[in-house]
Amino acid sequence: MTPDEEAEFKRRQRSRNLVVAGTLLFFVILFYAITIARLGSQ
Amino acid sequence: MGAPDLTKDEFGERAWKGALLFESNFGRTMSANISQTQMQAGIQTLPAEWRDFFALTKPRVMTLVIFTAICGLLAAPGTIHPVLGFTAVLAIAMGAGGSAVLNQWWEAVIDAGMKRTANRPLPGGRIHRDDARDFGMFLSGVSLLLMGVAIGWLAAALLLTAIIYYAVVYTMWLKPRTPQNIVIGGGAGAFPPLIGWVAVTGEVTAMPLLLFAIIFMWTPPHFWALALFVKTDYAKVGIPMLPVVAGERTTRNHIWVYTLLLAPFTIAPWVIGGTSWVYGTTALALSLLFIALALPVARRDAVMGAGDPMAEEIRLFKFSVVYLFVLFAALVADRILENAGLIGPGLFAGGLL
Repeated sequence: MTPDEEAEFKRRQRSRNLVVAGTLLFFVILFYAITIARLGSQ
Repeated sequence: MGAPDLTKDEFGERAWKGALLFESNFGRTMSANISQTQMQAGIQTLPAEWRDFFALTKPRVMTLVIFTAICGLLAAPGTIHPVLGFTAVLAIAMGAGGSAVLNQWWEAVIDAGMKRTANRPLPGGRIHRDDARDFGMFLSGVSLLLMGVAIGWLAAALLLTAIIYYAVVYTMWLKPRTPQNIVIGGGAGAFPPLIGWVAVTGEVTAMPLLLFAIIFMWTPPHFWALALFVKTDYAKVGIPMLPVVAGERTTRNHIWVYTLLLAPFTIAPWVIGGTSWVYGTTALALSLLFIALALPVARRDAVMGAGDPMAEEIRLFKFSVVYLFVLFAALVADRILENAGLIGPGLFAGGLL
């Protein structure tokens, strides 16, 4: 792997990791909100 | 688009053979295609971009799915907590995205053979096909769990039916085998408002089934109007689209019949008392316009070669898009006005008359 390819590899890996982290965080908040909403309706 | 080169039987046989060949060679051909493309591009060791995974979910199609799901949710009687309403729409969108990914995973070889789709992430060699399959299964699975846990298992069961209908019944089974594939495919697009409605009410009644029927009947004239003026290379890859298999005359007849069949389904929510005159009169006016625009398309016999502007067909297609948006917007407006006490349900009940 050339240095350019390695840099591109790391860039793609980093951007994917950020998207996965953001998605996980979003679902943590969403499930918290769902729990509150469902408890409130009971 | 002139007379078809192949008879229906010849085309059907070719489609069958194509499908069988496709099924038996799928893995080998795809691996070969992708590894070759990836080798050429020199990116065989690079992970796929997240944007390519996102593109696999067909975001453009998703906008219509989200719009009709929200309309089903808002038009349903009763209320839903905004967070749960958002979750229901998210689950529907994820289910639609998951089945779109599975559709492209299955059709990767077909997509590679058509100019319009050749640069999608899979035929373009930017994602490995196993990753696409796993991503589609994961998205579908999460959407079902989310819907079941947050909203209810009836809505989740309907979502599962929609995913299987699109990814298996339509994509894998009937699309390569029948020129009525667009009619069958319309059923997949008809699920979102039904699921949105059931997410609020928790039961399947006549109204959400009518919403399903409206999109189901609307899809054929909408798509076939487009198919008349846009040249595609479906024939090359063995997909039996109606204008290619049965010819233009038959397609025009089909457009006419489905337009006439659509009208009663569109007006039915008003007739059975599910909506007020606000939706009813809008539906009536839209139906008459649709019929008026479909008539010249149905009556045209000869096409003036490649230079034909196809003005009637283009007008019908554009109107069909406006038709669906206005119809569903009217349905929501009807519910909002009724909740505000401005109008009543039924044919002519309500304070505004």
